Amino acid sequence: MEILLSLVIIGGMGLVFGTLLSFAAQRFAVEEDARVETICDLLPGANCGACGFPGCINFAENIVKGNVNVSSCIPGGKAVCDSICEVMGVDSVAAETKLVAEVYCLGSRDVAPDKFEYQGVKDCKAAMAYGGGFKACTYGCLGLGTCAEACPFDALHMGANGLPIVDLERCTGCGICVKACPRHIIRMVNADRIGKYVPCSSRDKGKVVREVCEIGCIGDKACAKACPQDAIYFEDNLAFIDSSKCDDCGKCVEACKRRIIKDVPRLHHA
Amino acid sequence: MSERTFVGGIHPGYFKDYTAGKAIASARAPAQVIIPMHQNIGAPCEPVVQVGDEVKMGQKIGEPKGFVSAPIFASVSGKVTKIEPYNHPLGNPVLAVFIENDGLDTPDESMKPGKALEELSPKEIVQISKDAGLVGLGGATFPTHVKLSPPPEVQIDTVIINGAECEPFLTADHRQMLEQAEDVVYGLKAFMKALGATRGIIGIEDNKPDAIESIKKAVEEGKGEYNIEVHTLHTKYPQGAEKMLIKATTGREVPPGALPMAVNVVNQNSGTAVAMAQAIKLGKPLYERVVTVTGPGIKEPANLLVRNGTLVRDLIEQCGGLTDDARKIVLGGPMMGLAQPTLDVPAIKGTSGVLVLTEEFVADLPISACIKCGKCLEVCPMSLMPNFIGSASEKNNIDLAEKYGAMDCFECGCCTYTCPAKRPLVQWIRIAKGEIGARRKK
Repeated sequence: MEILLSLVIIGGMGLVFGTLLSFAAQRFAVEEDARVETICDLLPGANCGACGFPGCINFAENIVKGNVNVSSCIPGGKAVCDSICEVMGVDSVAAETKLVAEVYCLGSRDVAPDKFEYQGVKDCKAAMAYGGGFKACTYGCLGLGTCAEACPFDALHMGANGLPIVDLERCTGCGICVKACPRHIIRMVNADRIGKYVPCSSRDKGKVVREVCEIGCIGDKACAKACPQDAIYFEDNLAFIDSSKCDDCGKCVEACKRRIIKDVPRLHHA
Repeated sequence: MSERTFVGGIHPGYFKDYTAGKAIASARAPAQVIIPMHQNIGAPCEPVVQVGDEVKMGQKIGEPKGFVSAPIFASVSGKVTKIEPYNHPLGNPVLAVFIENDGLDTPDESMKPGKALEELSPKEIVQISKDAGLVGLGGATFPTHVKLSPPPEVQIDTVIINGAECEPFLTADHRQMLEQAEDVVYGLKAFMKALGATRGIIGIEDNKPDAIESIKKAVEEGKGEYNIEVHTLHTKYPQGAEKMLIKATTGREVPPGALPMAVNVVNQNSGTAVAMAQAIKLGKPLYERVVTVTGPGIKEPANLLVRNGTLVRDLIEQCGGLTDDARKIVLGGPMMGLAQPTLDVPAIKGTSGVLVLTEEFVADLPISACIKCGKCLEVCPMSLMPNFIGSASEKNNIDLAEKYGAMDCFECGCCTYTCPAKRPLVQWIRIAKGEIGARRKK
C-alpha cells in the first residue's frame, strides 16, 4: 500500500511539472534564427578564433546579424564562403586566395648554436623574457614549440631538428601561429605560389650572421645578381624573393654560398 | 609578545654559514670597470663623459633621463676607453661606460663632508640622496629620493629599515648591520627627518641574533630624540618583501596595486641606510656596495665591498675560483635572483650577491599536472591562487590570469618552491604579468 502511495505521489508530481514545463517551453520559446545553426554546421568547427570571435557559433550569429563579412572564415576558405553565401541568399563573394604558414628559419641546433643553456619554462615567450632568448642568433627559431601548441588544426609539428614543420595538407591559413611566435619567423604566404624562397629571418649584418649561424642569409646580394628575372630584393641584409616574378630557374640557388635558398614547400610538388 | 610575522611564506634552508662569519673585505679594484647606464627601476641614464675623458672616483658619469631614476658614478679613477652596449645582469645588453683604472683612486672634488644631520633640512636630505644616486640596495633598486618625496597629501609616519635579509645564502645586510650598525641608525634618522616620520623601526629576522644585538646597542647609543624600535622577526621567506615587512612590524596591510605610502610607511633596506649615512657624512656617492660571493660552487666565499662595474669573473677569481662541480651562477639570492649565461657581467647597484650553485641544487625536474593540493595557496604571502593563475597563463588565457590577480604577485617564488608537482608557477605568472603589462601600455 505504501509503495503504491509513493508511486502515485511521485508520478503525479512528475505529470504536473511535466505539463507545466511543456506549456512553458511553448509559451516562452526563444525565437532563434535557424540559419545560425545551419551556418555553424558549415564552419570547420575548430573554434580557432581567426575570424576574431571566440568560437564558430559566435561567428555564425554575427553573420546572420550582418556584423561581419561572409568571407571572414579563413580556415574555411572559398568552399565555406560559398555555402554561407547560399544560406544567406547573397551573391557569392570570391574568397581571398588561400594562404598557408611558412617557416622562415632553418637554423636548427647543429647549425645555429645556443648562447647559453636554458632551463626555464618550455615556452618561446618565456624564453624571450630573459635576454631576448637563448639562441645566439637573435632572429632564429627557439624551437620550444609555442607555435605548434597554438595551432588549432594540428598542422604544425616540431621536427626532429627542433624546427617547426607546416603540414600543408592541414594548414588552413588562420594565422594563429604567426601571432604566437615571439620571434616572428612564420609568415602567411600564397598557397599556390611557386619558385624559391629564403628561409631566414635574420636582419643582422653578414658578419654577425656568420658568427651565430652556418647557413643564415648574409645579404651579400650574390643571388640578386644571378637572378635573370630581377625577382630578389633586400631589406636590412635579408633577401626576399618576389614569387610573382620568380620563374623557378634556380640560378640563385647556385649563386648562394650559404645554401639558404630553397624550393618553396608545396602540397603536390612535382 | 608573539613573534612578528605575516601569513604564508616558506622556510628554505638558510645556507648563510658560508659567509655569515666573514667580515666585509674590500674587493680588488679591477684593471677596468664596465659600468652599465641602467642600474635602477625607472629611466636609464645618459653618459655625460666621452671616450678619452679622464674621470675621478665618484665623478658623475651617467645623468638620469627622468624623475624615477638615479645618477651613476665612476667607481675608479682613470680614462674612459669605450662607450658601447655590454652584457647586463637583466639579460639584454645595455649601454655601458668602460673605464680603464689608473690605480690611483683619485677622489672627485664633490666627495667631501657636508653639513651634519642636525643642520640639514628635510629637503636637503632628499637632495643629497638624489645627488648620491641612492637606490634601494635590497635588489629592487627603486630610487631612494622618489621614496623620500611622497605627494604632499601623504604624511609618512613610519620608516622601516629592512634588515630581514630573508633570501638564503646572502649575508651582505647581516654583515653591514654588525659592522656598520651606527650608520644604519644614522641613515634611518636621516630618512625619518626627510619624511617627518615619528616612528622608526628596524626589522631583523631572529636567525641573526648578533646583528639584533649590535643594532640594539647602536640604537641605544645613537637614537637621540628619535623614536626608534628594533623588531625581532620570525625567520621566514619572504619576510623582507616590503608588504610582508610592513604587515609584520606595524600590522598595516598595503592595498593591492598600491605602494607602502598608502599606509603611511616607507621601507628602506639596511644597506641603503648605510649608503645614506655615508652620503651625508662623507659626501660619498653610491659607487660601491657589499656583495656576498657565496654558494657551494665557490672555493672561498666572502663578503666583498665591490666597485660598481666589476665583472663577476673578477669577483669569483678573488674568491678562489669555481669548484669543479659548479653549475649555475645567479646574481642575487636563490629565490629571486637571475641566472647568468656568462661570467662577463658587471656587478651593479642592485647586485646583492653572486651565488654559484652545484649540480645538486640545480635539479631540472619534469613538470607534472597540478594535483590540487593547495600548498601554493597556503604559502602565497599575497593570498593569491598561484595554481589558477599559473595554469591560466600556461594555457595562454591572459584575461583569466589577470582576473585572478596576477598583477598583485611580486614574484617571491614560494609557490614554485613548494609545489610537489614541480610546476613552474611563478615563471608562468611572470609571463602573464609581462603580457598584461604590455597590454595595459597600449
